[in-house]
This record gives sequence, structure tokens and C-alpha cells, in this order.
Amino acid sequence: MHQIFVNANYDFVGKRHWFYGLSLGAVLLSIVSIILHGGLSYGIDFTGGALVQVRYDKPVTVAEVRKGLDELGLGTAVIQQFGDAAEYLIRLPPAEQNPEQLGDRVKAALGKAAGAGVEIRRLEFVGPQVGRDLQVQALYAVLAGMAGILIYVAFRFDFRGGIIAILALAHDVTVTLGALSLSNLEMSLPVLAALLTIVGYSINDTIVVFDRIRETRGRGPRRGQTVADLINGALNQTLSRTILTSFTTFLAALVLLIFGGEVLRDFAFALVIGVVTGTYSSVAAASLIVDWEAWSGRRRAAAPAPAGRAASTPPVGKGSQPARKR
Amino acid sequence: MRRNLGIRIAIVAVVAAAAIWFLYPPSKSINLGLDLQGGIHLVLGVDVAKALEAQVERAGDSVRAELEKKGVAVTKIERRGSTDLVIQIGSPQSWDAALATAGEVLGNFDRKEADQAAGRVVMALKPREAAQIREFAVRQGLETIRNRIDQFGVAEPSIQQQGDNRILVQLPGVQDPERAKALIGKTALLEFKLVDDKIDPDTALKSGVPDGDEILYQRRVDKETHQERKIPFVVQRKAYVTGRDVATARVSIDQNTSEPYVSVDFNAAGGRAFADLTDANVGRRLAIVLDGNVHSAPQIRERIPSGRAQITGGFTSAEATDLAIVLRAGALPAPVQVLEERTVGPSLGADSIRKGLVSTAAAALAVVLFMLIYYRLSGLVADLALALNLLLLLAAMAGFHATLTLPGIAGIVLTIGMAVDTNILIFERIREELRGGKTVRASIDAGFSRAFRTIVDTHVTVLVSAAILYQFGTGPVKGFAVSLAIGILVSLFTAVFFTRLIFDLMYMGSRRVERISI
Repeated sequence: MHQIFVNANYDFVGKRHWFYGLSLGAVLLSIVSIILHGGLSYGIDFTGGALVQVRYDKPVTVAEVRKGLDELGLGTAVIQQFGDAAEYLIRLPPAEQNPEQLGDRVKAALGKAAGAGVEIRRLEFVGPQVGRDLQVQALYAVLAGMAGILIYVAFRFDFRGGIIAILALAHDVTVTLGALSLSNLEMSLPVLAALLTIVGYSINDTIVVFDRIRETRGRGPRRGQTVADLINGALNQTLSRTILTSFTTFLAALVLLIFGGEVLRDFAFALVIGVVTGTYSSVAAASLIVDWEAWSGRRRAAAPAPAGRAASTPPVGKGSQPARKR
Repeated sequence: MRRNLGIRIAIVAVVAAAAIWFLYPPSKSINLGLDLQGGIHLVLGVDVAKALEAQVERAGDSVRAELEKKGVAVTKIERRGSTDLVIQIGSPQSWDAALATAGEVLGNFDRKEADQAAGRVVMALKPREAAQIREFAVRQGLETIRNRIDQFGVAEPSIQQQGDNRILVQLPGVQDPERAKALIGKTALLEFKLVDDKIDPDTALKSGVPDGDEILYQRRVDKETHQERKIPFVVQRKAYVTGRDVATARVSIDQNTSEPYVSVDFNAAGGRAFADLTDANVGRRLAIVLDGNVHSAPQIRERIPSGRAQITGGFTSAEATDLAIVLRAGALPAPVQVLEERTVGPSLGADSIRKGLVSTAAAALAVVLFMLIYYRLSGLVADLALALNLLLLLAAMAGFHATLTLPGIAGIVLTIGMAVDTNILIFERIREELRGGKTVRASIDAGFSRAFRTIVDTHVTVLVSAAILYQFGTGPVKGFAVSLAIGILVSLFTAVFFTRLIFDLMYMGSRRVERISI
């Protein structure tokens, strides 16, 4: 029988400050990278503009592509080799009007300049209005996704669980965006789909751990067990399934990255990063509970709240039980 | 759960059979998206303000005619904004008559301002009326475009309204996207207007156009140099006959020049109007104007009673065909603008299908092998469940007539990775219960029931994401949300219900079970 982490007994909670440091570092690095790149670089889905994917019937140079485009006078084009030297991706700046006959004109001009046959494989035009609409909607979509998860987790566990889960999600999304920024990849509609998927998926490991914490608590606290012990126990007991479930999804995302082709590349890249950080962040997030409980315990001790509320013991398994024997 | 084995087997069998029935044959039952089979995806914005303006201007023309009939001197009638009509009368004496006439003719307008001293009335289109015109412009535009596309001949086009004033057009497998786009986007407003010969165009360009006239251009492209020349014409604003009066239009070939032209047959009313117009204006020139461009301006030699006109203008055969189509289908009530276009050539689509298939196969192979190696016989059960999951996923897509896009395939690949998660959660739990010293049967029971809650949680969160993505996404991305959501939902059936059934069959018999391969 193949098994991993059968009797795992790692002191995750004890090393939580390393996790916090690592997370904070990764988030900071992401934000700095995004700022240094002048914000997220949005694809034409969000900025508006045109994108033409052309395939020549023989390899050509970027200069030849540029020569053909210059004759059209469509503004500053960004030319990028796409796959082999016969295929190029041309990005044109936003224009109010959909350039008339753009496909036919590009085809004719490029073919003439390079003396080769040209096929338009893909042409996308997004008007500036549509792009602006999408930017706003994209932000709403990610926020709505996170709000939906927050509500569900808060409803299933408690508000604290929801907040911690959202912190973990915000971390995952930021780090994924940072990885995109560091790799000079663009924010496009498929990448947004990947982000939302990450929001929905990476919370799963966190839920598995939270469930276990509650289950252990439901059996009543064991003598001499601290909150840290409880959470370490839950993390170690669920470690194998956390790693295994993420691993199969990671495999699938990796396959997409390798075999999915250029069109899906950014999407798959975001998923791969998201699955990895999502798995890691569930461990760090659970550790956060320790500090939260210590903090709320201190607050309660320092400033006794009005009688009734402070005195009432939170229901077992829900809410925050003060740490014993600290 | 241990009982009812028969019923449970029957449920699985029926579901699987239904899936195969829905899916057969796959090449016909699965709808491929534009990004896989090639085609055009267009989002058109209907310029509804233009429809309002046209309506207001028409109302202005009727008021002018009515006022003049009643002998009220009109200084100026003009549109302000898209819904207001400013009427300026010449003398204060006719104020009451002017007000009464305006009220009569402009039944669907409200009086917004009335300044007797200045002799000015401002009428505003009623908001409800304006809303109706806007709505009609979009609905009529959609119908017209549908009509044109049907006549153009595209297999399985999809034309839908999107939001308030957008139209989504999807044309799979179109060979010549630019031509299709031109056909769809052309307003195709055909007007017959008299040329004003009292003033020559050059003078009008310098010193201004007489009231009631306008300058329109004829565009001529030199076939040798490809230079475009614009020839100005001074024409009366009033259109005597328009595209509305057209009964049908078709392409004919000129015997002498062998150039194609479009022959237009008017309906009864249009034929009469055309006959009257030509009768009253023999010797003058009649400009044939399409979308504000003069196509030709032949001289009227005699009364034309046949109700037939010819539009010439150096067309290619494709141009003439398309013009005939748009004239038959009618004009768009308001101009449209391409807000978004996504065209995928057939070769890229084929490439994407191949890559999608390779990815799906590779992901399935990797996950299947992993489960087999890690969980042995139980892994095999999970793999069977995965196969059933994919079968049901595809069948559901066929059943719902969902469209499979490249991101949709990515969703399937991801489903492969996520669907086995459910089995992993269950198997890990069973192992844990076994380690805790429970019997095989008790462990299986506990494994399924304890993991179930977590499984529901994990499904809900992914479904929340997919639902938002579906709500938000356009075309291909929507396909991803659909396949992911279906895959995740189906995995509840396959990874829990089906897996449990197999486990029960294997381990819940009458004999004692000592070992489990997990």
C-alpha cells in the first residue's frame, strides 16, 4: 500500500511565523512587480484593441512582418512570434471604430511585404467601451466570487473562519497575479476564469482542515491539549488528502500548460500557480487561528465585556474557545 | 445504503444508457464552439439614439408641412439632442394656431417650453414613446440581421439580444468573415432623392446649402490607381421613395457592359409613388442614395409606371449579390457598430481540437495511472467512476445543447483532476478508519458518511465560482464555466453514488471481509 504522511507529525503551527513571512514576502513581491510593471498588463479583452494571429506559408522575420504593417498605418503594433517562425501575433492599439476590412488588409499587406502566402488564423477586435465594461465586470466577478465563498464559509463554520478563508484567497489571487506579472503575461478573460476557479478550488483544502478542526473539537478537548496541538493534529491528519487532491488537479493543470497550446497557456499557467499557492495557504491559514484565538483571548482578559456575553461559553466546535493551559 | 442494491444498479444502468443515447453519435450531438470549428463572433451596438433622431426629424417634417398648409410662417424647425424638437415661428400672431397644430401633429410629444414672445415652442418625445422606439430599433435590427444571414446562407447561426442595445451574432464556419461583416453591419437605407439642379455643387460647398437641401457624395474608386474620388451632389433632403417601398431586389447583368447591377421591384404603394415622382420630374436627375452615399444619379427620361428601378454603380458580383440581399431584408432601423469581434479561422480551430484531445487524453492517463498505483483496486473503481463522469459530462452537454469551446475542454481536463478529489477524500477517510481499528465494512460506512459533508462543501465552492463565471463570461469562457460546473455536479453521482455501489457489491456480501485493496 502506497501511503504518504501516514503518521505525519509536523509542527506547522510552531513554524507559522515562517509561513507568515513567506506569504508576506510573496504578496509584497507580487505587488512590487505589479507596480513596477505599471499595473497589471491587461490584454485586449480589457483595454480594447485588435489582435491578429497570422500564419505565413514560410518562416519570416519580425522585420518583414513590421514592414507589412507599417504600410497600413494602424498605429504602433506589437509583434510577437507565436510558436514557430511562420506564425505571429500582432496586437494593434485601441481604436474607436473596428477598422474596416482589417483582416483582408492585413493579409494583403503582410503577404506583399514578405512575398509569402498569409493566412489569418484569428482576429479579435474589442471596442474600448466593451473593454471598460469588462474591466469593471471582472473586478465585480472576482469580488462576488470571494464574497460568495465568505458567506458560505461563514455560514458553514463561523465568521472567523470566513475571514481567514478570505485572507487565504486574497493571498492566492495576489500571488497568482504577481506570478503573471513577473512572467510578463497578460490579464485576459481566460486568466480571469482561472482566477475565479482558483477562488472556488483553493478554498477546498482550507475547508477540509477546518472541518477536521471542528470534528476534533466536537469530541471535546483532551487533557493538556493546546489550540496549537489541536490545529497541528488537524493539519497532519488531513495532510495526505490535502496534498493528494491538489496533486491530481495540479497534474491536470500542468497537462494543460504543456499540451494545451498557446491559446490556453496563460490560463493554465495561472491555474498551476493558483493550485500550488492554494494548497500552501490552507496550511498557513489554519495556523492563523492560533494567533487569532490568543489575540481574542487577550482582548477578553484585558477588557471584560458586558457580563452576559463575555461569560457565555461559545458553543462547542463553533466560535472561539479560549486556549487552555497557555 | 446496503440494501436496495438492485434499485441502485438499475439507476446507474439507466443513467449510463440515457447518456449513451443522448451522446450517440458524438460528432452530431456535441455542439462545437466557434473557437473550435472556426467562425465569427460579433457583438454589435445598436445606435438607438440615431433611431430616435430619425423619428424626431420625421415628426419635424410633418409639423412643417402641416404648419405651412395652415399658413403659419415657420422660421426654423430643428432637432435638439435626440428627443427634442425646436419650432421657431415667424410671427407672434399665429402663435395659437402654431401651438394647436404642434399639439395635434405631435401626439406622442410633450410640450417642454413655450415662449410666446420669442415665438418658440420646444416639444419633447414622451419618455415611454422614446423607450418604445429604442426597444423597437433593437428588436427590428435583430430581425433584419437574422433575415440577411438566412439569405446569405449560414448553417446554424445564432443571433441574440444582449443587454439593452447589443446584438450578439455567431456565425460558425463562415469562409469570408469580412464579407459577412459588411453584410450584417450595413444599414442599407435606400433613398431616392431629387438632385437640385438650381445650384451647382461647387457653389454650394463654398456658400452653403439652400434650406431643405444637403450635399451627398458619390464615391468612385479608380480601378487602375485604387484612388478614391468623391463627387459632390446637391440633393433635396426629402426622400420620395425609400427601401421600405421595396418588394424585392435581385442581381441582373447588363447586356452591354456585362456589369452586374441590382434590379429593384417596388410594392404597390412604392410603385405609385415612383410613377408620380418620375411623372412630375421628367428631365431632372434622380439620385439613388444608399446609406448616405450616392450610387448613381440618372436623368428621368419619362414616367416609369412599371414600379421597377435599377441600381448601377460598378459593382463586383459579390457586392451586387449582397446589396440585393440587404435590400430584400430591409434597412436596419438604426446604424450598428461592431463593438467586439472574434474570428477564428478553420485551421486554428482544428489545431485547438487536436490540442484539446491530446490534453484530455494526457490528463486522463496521468490521473488514472496515479489513482491505480496509489489506491490499487479502489483506484480502479475511482477510475471507472471517472470514465462514467466523462461520459455523463459529455452527455449532459449534448442534452442541454451546450457548446463545447476550447476553454470548455480545459474545464473537462480540470474536471478530470477535480473529480477524483472526491474519491481521494473518501479513500483517505476509509484508510484512517481502518487504522483506527474498525472493520472493513464499518470503515467503508464511516468513510463515505464522514467525508460526505466535506465533499458537499468543496462542490459548493467550485459551483459558486462557476456560476459567477457563467454570469460574467462571454462565449468561450462561458463554455469553461459550463463544463466545469457539470463535471463537478456529475462527480457527486459518480464519485459518491457509483463508487459506493461498487464498494457495496465488492465488500458487503454475506462473506466476511478481512482485507480491502485501498
